Amino acid sequence: MIHDCINGANGDMAVLETRGLKKHFGRIRAVDGIDLTSTDGELLAILGPSGSGKSTLMRMVAGLEEPSAGDILVDGRSIVGIPPKRRNVAMVFQSFALYPHMSVLENIRFPLVARRVPAAEQREKIDWVTGILDIGDLLERRPTRLSGGQMQRVALARALVRDPELFVFDEPLSSLDAQIRSQARGELRELHDRTQITTLYVTHDQLEALGLADRVAVVHNGCIQQLGTPRTLYEDPGNLFVAGFIGDPPMNRLDLGDNVILGVRPEHLLLEHGEEDPGEVALRLEVELEHLEFLGAEWLIYAAVCAGVPETGRRRPRVIARLRQAEPPSMETGQRRTLVVRRANARYFDAESGERRSAPSGVAA
Amino acid sequence: MRRQARKTGFYTAVVLLVLFSILPIAYAVLTIFKKESELFDPGSNPFLYEQGATLKHLVFLFTGTPFPTFLWNSLVIGVFVVAITVVLAVPAAYALARLTGRWGESSGMAIFLVYLIPPTLLFIPLFRIVVWLGLANSIWSLVVVLPTITVPFCTWLLLGFFRSVPRELDEAALLDGCSRFTAFRKVVLPQALPGIGACMVFAFSLSLSNYIYSVTFISESASRNLSAGVPTELIRGDVYFWPSLMAATAIVAIPLGLAYGLLFDYLVRGFQSAETG
Repeated sequence: MIHDCINGANGDMAVLETRGLKKHFGRIRAVDGIDLTSTDGELLAILGPSGSGKSTLMRMVAGLEEPSAGDILVDGRSIVGIPPKRRNVAMVFQSFALYPHMSVLENIRFPLVARRVPAAEQREKIDWVTGILDIGDLLERRPTRLSGGQMQRVALARALVRDPELFVFDEPLSSLDAQIRSQARGELRELHDRTQITTLYVTHDQLEALGLADRVAVVHNGCIQQLGTPRTLYEDPGNLFVAGFIGDPPMNRLDLGDNVILGVRPEHLLLEHGEEDPGEVALRLEVELEHLEFLGAEWLIYAAVCAGVPETGRRRPRVIARLRQAEPPSMETGQRRTLVVRRANARYFDAESGERRSAPSGVAA
Repeated sequence: MRRQARKTGFYTAVVLLVLFSILPIAYAVLTIFKKESELFDPGSNPFLYEQGATLKHLVFLFTGTPFPTFLWNSLVIGVFVVAITVVLAVPAAYALARLTGRWGESSGMAIFLVYLIPPTLLFIPLFRIVVWLGLANSIWSLVVVLPTITVPFCTWLLLGFFRSVPRELDEAALLDGCSRFTAFRKVVLPQALPGIGACMVFAFSLSLSNYIYSVTFISESASRNLSAGVPTELIRGDVYFWPSLMAATAIVAIPLGLAYGLLFDYLVRGFQSAETG
């Protein structure tokens, strides 16, 4: 019932769109032309290394920075030039930014008071939001007396209480302890599913982005490298940056010469067992095992390539293979083995531009 | 045993240090109530009343000299100087800490350098200005001139306090529906209140202790403040009215000392963050 009330007040969910969005700080191009369109009620992650421009993008959406060029639209209306207080965008900061001189209750009530919401409605909304986030027993406390997880819930409550059209999360999990992070991730997703508010989730942690988001935009050098579902990013990286950034350990890169780079996921480097259909094999690699790493449910095999790819003259290329088993594999360091890459698992990139390309003609044989 | 000895040593040191630092004040307070015959007798113990105490000097201070006027003038000057300082320094410091980027932040040091120009160099040009404004011989000359010291100093001090308030707090308030000014008033200002308190005490004590402007701008007794009035009224030629002098200073120094004591932590914090930022 209360659920209906917020959706009613919220009206339809919002579509966020940016067009040719740029932000330059002097000669630094923090954001250099970003075109992005969310769908209604989507949880869209912006994933990138630090300095990639993802925070600047988020701050422009929130209204804390003015774009140098381009446009930001919510439901087709431009919000550029509108001060943050009149954008209905709520943000959860990395540090949570709770007001230290106010109690938890006053913190949550603050956006309602600032927007002159009538007292009766205030109480109703606070009751609703404290119920959802289960913080009813914290209301009298000061933020300094809260744990990291509690602070996060209060920050979420403060953002949620005023029915925002758009949520912006700035690395909301990075100040939590590692133990409670995955639990908090699950709770965030659950909260999003309940409220269906379009959310921009900025993070440098691929685990968060892939595990939480409907779609992920990988940002690097102020540009979107690829926008897609977590599976698309993992299985079909659009360029070498995404291939190297998504996945842990990242995609193996093998230089095939002629400006062609083959990318293959560690779990797709398979030990040859002699029964492969030759037409299915894209590449055979002679490798020398360097060391094995036990990771609980799987083993990582670090190996140096001896034959199978053209000599580049420098040190032998290294690959990492993943064995999905808990028992120790029947191999030792120093041994030579043959690894095969199936055609279905091979991804080809242009070495110069880094972009995806089709399979070169000579490789399949 | 050793722990006991250490404890004893520690408290002995504390007691000695306290005695050392309150000695001048204790001596001043004791002197106020001494009879002159005892005061000028080189054989008497300065810490005991061998001939009994008297209120004569205190009464003389308040009835025989313009001390109440000085006190009132100093209070008026102090209140106005503090008000002007807070009104100018608080927005200036916030603006420098937040709104103008790198230049604003490093200009904090430049502002502090203004404070270091000695009043002994400035009083002559400032006197011309005071005369031109028609404020010579009036307490308003000090109300106008003393902020030239207190505003830069307090701006510098408050800069540190504002810088220690995380920027995300302002930003959260802006997103929560506040204007820049409301965000400042409701979120940033409460964090900086101890700093503003420290600034008020500091500005007030600077206005009390300034001697050179008070002595040069005002020559009429009726308009003098404490710092200029007390030495000119209570030292006549080579006659020193010691007990009344002591009373005049103790009456001012003790409340001020208490205020400093209460705000000491904030003052130190302000200095630290102003320097390191």
